[in-house]
Amino acid sequence: MSQEADGQKVDTRKRKFLIAATSAVGGVAVAGVAVPLVMSMLPSARAKAAGAPVDVDISKIEPGMLLTSEWRGKPVWVVNRTKEMLDLLGKHDDKLVDPNSEQPQQPPYCKNATRSIKPEYLVAVGICTHLGCSPTYRKEVGAADLGADWPGGFFCPCHGSRFDLAARVFKNVPAPTNLVIPPHQYLSDTKLLIGVDTKGA
Amino acid sequence: MSALQKMMGWIDDRFPLTATYKAHLSEYYAPKNFNFWYFFGSLALLVLVMQIVTGIFLTMNYKPDSELAFGSVEYIMRDVDWGWLIRYMHSTGASMFFVVVYLHMFRGLMYGSYRKPRELIWIFGVLIYLALMAEAFLGYLLPWGQMSYWGAQVIVNLFAAVPFIGDDLSLWIRGDYVISDATLNRFFAFHVIALPLVLIALVAVHLVALHEVGSNNPDGIEIKKKKDANGIPLDGIPFHPYYTVKDIVGVIVFLMVFSAIVFFGPTMGGYFLEANNFIPADPLKTPPHIAPLWYFTPFYAILRAVPPMFGSQFPGVVAMGLSIVLLFFLPWLDRGKVKSIRYRGPIYKIALALFIVAFVGLGYLGLLPPSPVATILAQTFSVIYFLFFLLMPWYTSIDKTKPEPERVTG
Repeated sequence: MSQEADGQKVDTRKRKFLIAATSAVGGVAVAGVAVPLVMSMLPSARAKAAGAPVDVDISKIEPGMLLTSEWRGKPVWVVNRTKEMLDLLGKHDDKLVDPNSEQPQQPPYCKNATRSIKPEYLVAVGICTHLGCSPTYRKEVGAADLGADWPGGFFCPCHGSRFDLAARVFKNVPAPTNLVIPPHQYLSDTKLLIGVDTKGA
Repeated sequence: MSALQKMMGWIDDRFPLTATYKAHLSEYYAPKNFNFWYFFGSLALLVLVMQIVTGIFLTMNYKPDSELAFGSVEYIMRDVDWGWLIRYMHSTGASMFFVVVYLHMFRGLMYGSYRKPRELIWIFGVLIYLALMAEAFLGYLLPWGQMSYWGAQVIVNLFAAVPFIGDDLSLWIRGDYVISDATLNRFFAFHVIALPLVLIALVAVHLVALHEVGSNNPDGIEIKKKKDANGIPLDGIPFHPYYTVKDIVGVIVFLMVFSAIVFFGPTMGGYFLEANNFIPADPLKTPPHIAPLWYFTPFYAILRAVPPMFGSQFPGVVAMGLSIVLLFFLPWLDRGKVKSIRYRGPIYKIALALFIVAFVGLGYLGLLPPSPVATILAQTFSVIYFLFFLLMPWYTSIDKTKPEPERVTG
């Protein structure tokens, strides 16, 4: 590059400063324009509004059966646990990662042995805490493919994670934490509202 | 001067047409000893063109809407004239792209094509490979079948494993709390516009870098070291007509295989198109066994092989990412005195063989449902995979190499 222009000395320090200043201001402008583009990819107002709570009629769930309903596009299970199922829950605490539900994977009112408001009804988000597959309900005790000590629960077909009938994760599986218990409340003995806490709870 | 020459002269005064033609084709001197393994670069270019062309025509009938997507693909298959052919060419092309690219990369490993002065060619190549994986993953959501949906769910959740920002990051990628219409629509945008542009740009710089330094060859020696009086490499032949003609033979054989798949086995027994993907996406039900398409399974197996640590599956995600990132460092990890496997010692040959066994083994295990035996095997293969790279500076430098020839051999 020529240092002389029209017989005048080029001030390279000033030139470098101007290049740096122009680049910096240009960079700020590019970043400024990028912000709305990046933000446009966040959930839209409509997607946010779609998270309304849902009503579930639990009167038709036979003992031992599972009902899947949809809340925020995710499967939510309601399991009507039998007395035998509940009796088995406390017998494998040593095999669980978090038997006492210390991790905040449930509302405070479900931080108990059965992880539920009413012991017989388990309400859980049916999305594996590993990579988001939906585990399969495997209630049969000692199922051939899951081992003789299988107490009944949920098995994730994607990566083999195992959960018991209180949706608590077993040790040595890919999923790190228990399944999520969504906020929910009973409107009556047969009506469940998923997505909203009881007031004050 | 003929009218044609006049017209060429007119153009050349305004655009370097003849100069470009000479620089990249008629006077680009490639080593004369290219073998079978040198077909796959030009084949990759062919598949790229095929994917772009068939993709454009698929877009004319495809609807990126979670209510309509699955049906519109079936509409293309059944009601659009020749739609089935275009769609099967595109789906077969996706898998064949990876077949060709994996063979192309293996060629690079064998003959040391990533070594100085071709480090940037290799890096651009790995970037192409990454872009291609992203392109394939995004495209796989579009038919909105069960595997599309749950595959995307698993991969997007990989980002959720990143500490601190993970949940927000995956939310930002999905644009919703679950994989939904918003996700489908943006994946469509990335698949048909953003990534194809990136891919084409990367292929262009890959080729510019290649033509700057010249091609490697099976002997791994530089033909530019021995030139004749005119400055033309003694062991070089013009790319056109010599290698254009050779590559046409490759293209014909490739198209025979390609057509056989498109016409007789477009699903390839579930490896190119998975059976579960002919069921519409159901956000409430995961299919009993999900596996990614075959070209992702080696990395998927590495992901599954790493157990969760500190209550997080992030280590597995890191291992999977690292297994690809390591490729970038290959030019500096290799300390061998020679480039080509022909003159390498037994250690590198064994290491490369073990690496291929581990990679194919991981690919196979990634297709299987999880089991204790498969996990232990996958962990063994993952260790071999990483050791191939991490120990490379050591084993390549102590290897007993043979002397390289002065001129290329047969």
